[in-house]
Amino acid sequence: MTDILSLAVDNLISPIILSFVLGLSAAFMRSDLTIPEAVAKGMSIYLLFAIGFKGGAGVAAHGVDLRLVLTLMAGLVLSFGLPLIAFQLLRVLTRFSDIDRAAVAAHYGSISIVTFVAATSVLSERGIASEGYMVAVAAIMEAPAIMSALWLLSRSGSTARADGALYREILTNGSIVLLVGAFLIGIVTGEEGLAKISSFIVAPFQGVLCLFLLDMGLVAGRGLRESRGALGGGAILFGVLMPPVGAACGLVIALLIGLSAGGAALLMTLAASASYIAVPAAMRVALPQANPSIYLTLSLGVTFPFNLTIGIPLYAALATQFVGG
Amino acid sequence: MQTHNAKRVEIIIEAPLEGRLTKALRDSGVTGYTVLPVRGGSGRSGAWTRSGQVSTAGGMVAVVCLIRPDRLDTLLNAAFAVVEPHIGVVSITDAQVLRAERF
Repeated sequence: MTDILSLAVDNLISPIILSFVLGLSAAFMRSDLTIPEAVAKGMSIYLLFAIGFKGGAGVAAHGVDLRLVLTLMAGLVLSFGLPLIAFQLLRVLTRFSDIDRAAVAAHYGSISIVTFVAATSVLSERGIASEGYMVAVAAIMEAPAIMSALWLLSRSGSTARADGALYREILTNGSIVLLVGAFLIGIVTGEEGLAKISSFIVAPFQGVLCLFLLDMGLVAGRGLRESRGALGGGAILFGVLMPPVGAACGLVIALLIGLSAGGAALLMTLAASASYIAVPAAMRVALPQANPSIYLTLSLGVTFPFNLTIGIPLYAALATQFVGG
Repeated sequence: MQTHNAKRVEIIIEAPLEGRLTKALRDSGVTGYTVLPVRGGSGRSGAWTRSGQVSTAGGMVAVVCLIRPDRLDTLLNAAFAVVEPHIGVVSITDAQVLRAERF
């Protein structure tokens, strides 16, 4: 317990968390601080490329094994299954309509790649190794939750406007293409390729992540300010309860597969995180009746800060405790 | 200078629908349109700003097209099929254009 607390405190005073807090504070103070949209987009491209490439180089160094296939399947199972849990939990905790519940559930089955990137950064700071292919697991967990949520909705008699074009857009989403593409480049070029560009994708990584999280803090803070009153107490409780529930599912699966402590922590983080990029866009097309203030505020304003500050150190500590290492 | 009657249709719609709307317009025979970014605004769904969004999903775009008056109904039918269940505004104004053959 002392270890978990010490890890949590260390995490809270790390540059990346303090940068996020700075952004959040600036937004609450109504400061005019902004990161230009093109700069934020550039940073997100950099982070996705770097994390994908490093993951691919890791796989090239350690080889492909059965555990990789099992972990990818575990990612699929989690992404399909977590919306079912989220939907039921929302039924207990909130009075949202079935449509809003399904939209929120889709967000919690999918993942937040920024939370994943922050978790890899925390793990590497602490010298906890993880499987490089967790990047591929992140990519595979983006979309299935959307299908689960739409299926949940169809069972309750409502209809969604999902078609082939929507699924194509989800699967060819720029973030997924970049992440998977960089991962494959990393596998092909291996450690040698990584060494060639490490001064660009390894050394500046933490600094870029700090600036990116500053922007995320600004966006989350402004989103929270603009959506004040959109969520009740039950919804906020869901936003902090669902991540540990998802993480617990991730931990059980990680133990069954035999992932390393770092891999388990990352699978827990993926299962605990909620999407705020790919799924909101899909929900606007498929479920236009769902209220975006609810699902965006929950995933970006409640769950993202929770995971960043408390969740990640908690998952890392639990993974280390249960898996060892 | 010779001017000609035209209709200016402005459709403000959620950004994820941009591709679907512009495709519907092209399919209905619209030969030209302009897509503009929207910085923020306020309406029935509350106030929002571009800086409060983490991606384009929560944002809006404005699609503007100038057409000959006799083609207005076809355009509106095509646009309505996309816009109807979503947040957005459709407005039509009378306009004057030069070089009528371009519309």
